[in-house]
Amino acid sequence: MRVWIFIPGDSGAVSVGADEVAAQVVELAKASDKKIELKRTGSRGLYWLEPLVEVETPEGRVAYGPVKPEDAGSVFSAMLAGDTGHPLCLGLVEDIDFLKKQNRVMFARVGTIDPLDLHDYQAHGGLEGLKKALATKPADIVEAVADSGLRGRGGAGFPAGIKWRTVAAQEATQKYICCNADEGDSGTFADRMLMEGDPFLLLEGMTIAGLAVGAVQGLIYVRSEYPAATKTLKMAIDIMRDAGWLGEKVGGSRHAFDITVRRGAGSYVCGEESAMLESLEGKRGEVRAKPPIPAISGLFGQPTLVHNVLTLASVPIIVAKGADAYQALGTGRSRGTQAFQLAGNIKQGGLVEVAFGLTIRNLIEDFGDGTASGKPFKCAQLGGPLGAYVNEDMLDTPMDYEALAEAGAMLGHGGVVVFDDGVDMAEMARFAFEFCAIESCGKCTPCRIGSVRGRELMEKVIAGEDRQASIALIKDLCEVMEEGSMCAMGGLTPLPVKSAMKLFPQDFGIAPDETKKGGKNVVAQGT
Amino acid sequence: MKKPVSTSSSQTKRAQILRICQRYDNLASALIEVLHDVQEAYGFISEATQREIAGALNITRAEVHGVISFYDDFRTEGAPGTVVRICRGEACQSMGAQGLLAATTNAVKDRARISVEAVYCLGNCALAPAATLNGKLHGRLKGPRLSSLIDEVTK
Repeated sequence: MRVWIFIPGDSGAVSVGADEVAAQVVELAKASDKKIELKRTGSRGLYWLEPLVEVETPEGRVAYGPVKPEDAGSVFSAMLAGDTGHPLCLGLVEDIDFLKKQNRVMFARVGTIDPLDLHDYQAHGGLEGLKKALATKPADIVEAVADSGLRGRGGAGFPAGIKWRTVAAQEATQKYICCNADEGDSGTFADRMLMEGDPFLLLEGMTIAGLAVGAVQGLIYVRSEYPAATKTLKMAIDIMRDAGWLGEKVGGSRHAFDITVRRGAGSYVCGEESAMLESLEGKRGEVRAKPPIPAISGLFGQPTLVHNVLTLASVPIIVAKGADAYQALGTGRSRGTQAFQLAGNIKQGGLVEVAFGLTIRNLIEDFGDGTASGKPFKCAQLGGPLGAYVNEDMLDTPMDYEALAEAGAMLGHGGVVVFDDGVDMAEMARFAFEFCAIESCGKCTPCRIGSVRGRELMEKVIAGEDRQASIALIKDLCEVMEEGSMCAMGGLTPLPVKSAMKLFPQDFGIAPDETKKGGKNVVAQGT
Repeated sequence: MKKPVSTSSSQTKRAQILRICQRYDNLASALIEVLHDVQEAYGFISEATQREIAGALNITRAEVHGVISFYDDFRTEGAPGTVVRICRGEACQSMGAQGLLAATTNAVKDRARISVEAVYCLGNCALAPAATLNGKLHGRLKGPRLSSLIDEVTK
């Protein structure tokens, strides 16, 4: 009898020893009298349990974790003996509470299949969207995406349907589909997990987008910090091409579409869509003035559909299952599912894909189980380095685009970074300016100079010099950066600064009422 | 690495750089890919190499220099033997990355051929603090784990 064992090849799992565990399993399998098959999968996104090793049983897959290399031997014996009494045994993986409470739509296959096995992909619903799209009029695909209520998952939450209609309406000899896989926000890793764990889904989504808007060329801009994702995507593209799903005749049709992977080079601002387009043209990643919007004049001046990984990965599902099925998930104007990422000082960090509607508290307490250090929760930063901090009092805010905007925060790419009470928020505000100074592309003055001056002022506040005057100046500076910056880099850096100041005035050495006169909150801009 | 390069080997190098450019059809838009490949082959991108690349892609040396100086990944001088890049993103900071960065920098300051650099997010935020050691990603680097990993690769 054949025994199937699954170990993630995801770079997060590998960073804590999954390769060493896998190597041991291979050795142990050689010595065993049973026939053992090892499959490397993506990660389930239960990172506190990584390396998470699973074995197929008649009841389903049974999980063990976190498996250290030194535990591999005993876990291996337990798996073969069907011994669920092993201290690391977690029972059926589907029954793990963290996973059971989720609604995995985009991530349905991630962690279960071999990411580069196209048969495995198709056996689990893959390519159904593309097949249906090939039999559908392009305009109807565009309308299905519009009807689904899908919004950009990169950060700004712009309705995808409007972008698709705009690109489709352009008359041009060349149009492009550009996937923004420059996932630079601290606290986010969903794009990486998807690219490593189910790359065909992204390629399928891009191909459908190409058919719908009339583009024949797709590019994926992957940050250089993700070498494993780059490698997996390149291999997946070759496999899709060999199978006839990319190339001159997509799926045997008269449509052509092909995809190229391009690497970034360590610049955060290249996650801003126009800077990404500059980088894709081989230039310095400096942001462009808008208008024109990329949908009209994007890559090489041609109409370009720019989307985040998860936006494009939602497309095959919308097309296969119908706009109504997707639209049925979620709340208000936030439709479908969102991949939240729990990170930082959290006991159970990982990926939570659920329909919109749960609160920050649900995520941090019900899924995350509180801080990793066991110390009291102080705050969480939502939506990356340019996102606002939220405190205990704000935890019952729903995690959707509108509710967060109303609370002066933003969803961004869905990252939630938790801090315990050891964090000094004045230092985090100083860091926000410092980060902006390091990563600013330098094109506009408010961002390039403002970030440096902001850092200096925060250093004065921390040192207790001219505190009142410095804080007044910081508020003024924040307003200049918000109103005068060309993109979200300078425009949103004030968000973490001001929220930290408002929620934790004691960390800045000021009385609570002195912070009331802050500038107004800006709404997310760019993608 | 610092030895004077003989003519024949510089011709070989020139040929290899041209081959890398041809890999991308000498497209100026592929400059970043070309620079990555050249750096992977030689460890850094010298001024002479920049000239070759500019010629092959039909762009100016200023454009090549502009791109190299904009992106953190590219080096114009040789890197030391061991490169440790510690993540300083907020998620890693919440798990003590600043202390890890300071302690690691201090621990290796008298050791030649090791450089410690800060990076901003390695996408391993649920397994913070994270770092790469000669390109290999590591997570859960609390306590002395990073320094023992450094000792392992440098011994």
